[in-house]
Amino acid sequence: MAKKRYIQAINDALMEEMERDPKIILFGEDVEISMFGDTQGLHARFGADRIRNTPICEATLTGMAVGAAASGYRVVLHLMFSNFIYTGFDAIANQMAKLRFMTGGQVCLPITILAGYGGGRSAAAQHSDTPYPALMNLGGVNVVVPASPADAKGLLKTVLRADNPTFFLEAGGRGAETGDVPEHDYTIPLGKVSVLREGRDVTIVAIGTMVKHAAAAAAELKGKGIDAELIDVRTLVPLDEDGILASVRKTGRLVVADEARDRCSAASHIAAVVAEKAFTALKAAPKRVTVPNVAMPYAPGAEKNVLPNSAKIAEAAAALVNEKSGARS
Amino acid sequence: MKSDVGNLALTKDALVPLLRQMLLIRRVEERLSADFHAGKLPGAVHLYIGQEAVAAGVCAHLRDSDTITSTHRGHGHFLAKGGSPRAMMAEIWGKKTGICRGMGGSMHVADVSKGILGANGIVAAGLAITAGSAFAAMLDKGDRVAVSFFGDGAANQGTFMETLNVATLWKLPMIFVCENNRFSEFSPAATVTSGEIIDRARAFKIPCASVDGNDVLAIWRATGIAVEHARKGDGPSFIEAHTYRLHGHLEAEKSFLKSTYRESAEIEEWRQRDPVQRFKNHLCGERICDDGEIEALEAEIADIVEDAAKFAEASEPADPELVFEIMFHEQRA
Repeated sequence: MAKKRYIQAINDALMEEMERDPKIILFGEDVEISMFGDTQGLHARFGADRIRNTPICEATLTGMAVGAAASGYRVVLHLMFSNFIYTGFDAIANQMAKLRFMTGGQVCLPITILAGYGGGRSAAAQHSDTPYPALMNLGGVNVVVPASPADAKGLLKTVLRADNPTFFLEAGGRGAETGDVPEHDYTIPLGKVSVLREGRDVTIVAIGTMVKHAAAAAAELKGKGIDAELIDVRTLVPLDEDGILASVRKTGRLVVADEARDRCSAASHIAAVVAEKAFTALKAAPKRVTVPNVAMPYAPGAEKNVLPNSAKIAEAAAALVNEKSGARS
Repeated sequence: MKSDVGNLALTKDALVPLLRQMLLIRRVEERLSADFHAGKLPGAVHLYIGQEAVAAGVCAHLRDSDTITSTHRGHGHFLAKGGSPRAMMAEIWGKKTGICRGMGGSMHVADVSKGILGANGIVAAGLAITAGSAFAAMLDKGDRVAVSFFGDGAANQGTFMETLNVATLWKLPMIFVCENNRFSEFSPAATVTSGEIIDRARAFKIPCASVDGNDVLAIWRATGIAVEHARKGDGPSFIEAHTYRLHGHLEAEKSFLKSTYRESAEIEEWRQRDPVQRFKNHLCGERICDDGEIEALEAEIADIVEDAAKFAEASEPADPELVFEIMFHEQRA
């Protein structure tokens, strides 16, 4: 094990996989200099054919990723901030997510899209979105939301070796956070949750940026005598429904912590899956801790106010546990 | 653009296949039109009738390893690039034997093994896909080229300028073929497009050619120059082919449009410049072919069309379970 920063783990995965597979190419805006540090050093190592700055034209870049992938390359497209997914959305929603299907399975599209997401840094509404709910609804793209350096590296390696279009969303503002990363070559399968803490009273499913807050909430709950089970969802598509359902069947309660806006959030989907498939195991209605249906404000106080945090998650979990049993009947 | 290719004389061996290709596209589409109006086809059908010279003239220069992208009016490009009439017809019928196993339909016929990255239901979407494919060709360091067929309507999408920019900047082996058929769906081009489309491309200082899109030899010559330019690694070229859509935007339009958007006199005028008839006349006038040869060609094409239509009609419907299997590679939806 070695201590690595989150962004360094991503950089290591890119470096190692590009070394391993000469068909991997990476392009995007400012990837040579690397704003976030995740593509740092790649240009010097692999040159301009494989690492290339592009004009600012997301609508074309997403389409080019499709064309290059359909022509034999394994494409990594860096979109910088996740809000720029919207400017490139046609080729994402209409081509990338559908072309394999529409051609009757003739093409594989090994495309990895990197983008940072989430608020908390006064970047305002056009640089702070958490857009994965829209991506989850497309059907044809995978969505990966690693929270720790080790998961980031192992999941990215899996994605880079697989043949499906995948959004690898980097938790905004978490790049400098460190964690233990195995030194050997390893991959982590998509569609498997990680149980970070076992507990009896309530299941907290946390997504990406929310994992750290949920872990703090679980610690806080322990002090109050509430034993929370903490699940890092790790990938939203494919979603490990079995892993989530098994936990909820044990605890009987579910809180989902999600930085997306509430309406049609990933939390809404997970809550619906649990309500449908584990209804009789539930001792209380599932709770979502999300961002209200507003744009992310710039002013620090106003922004903090709308973001989920450990206190909001702990409060939601405690409220569920303290509901009188049998309240549902 | 200066090149020897432009001056090459076409021999009979090269001319007859051009006519054959145009005839195949025309007769297949006439059959599709009839089958559509007979209520046999499930979805919308957008026909290429009147524009056949463009697909035939361009694709005559392409190899299987070269790639193309096409439009919602893509049957002609599919056939000209070597796609199977049977597999295309079956696709349009929504059958299991269709080239996309019934999942794409008329607007999305694709055969990746032939370099046909697909017709596309999104106007201008093929431009960026072609640029990506051209980038791949450049990285491969071979002499493969990528061609994007698009209409005058697509020239008004932002990706048109974006792909011209990146293709020029990176010297991509890409050929832009704008088929100006004078209509953006139901809107005459003059009502939605300012200036001349080719002037937008000229701003990038790449080779540009404005050609009579109903003259297959003019298209053939201009494309020869552009393809040679791209194969040599000299970058993209732009061809604007002026042509005319003889059928409607889609076959069903008369059933829902409450008024007309063009004069029948205009259609009649363009019918006089029908590229297929015109090329037949040229070949006969120049005594390259006689009437007997053309009749034999027509008969051969008629057999292919009949065979393809029968094959499509007799094939099994698409497999409904397939939808869960092909969204992803090795991952069930």
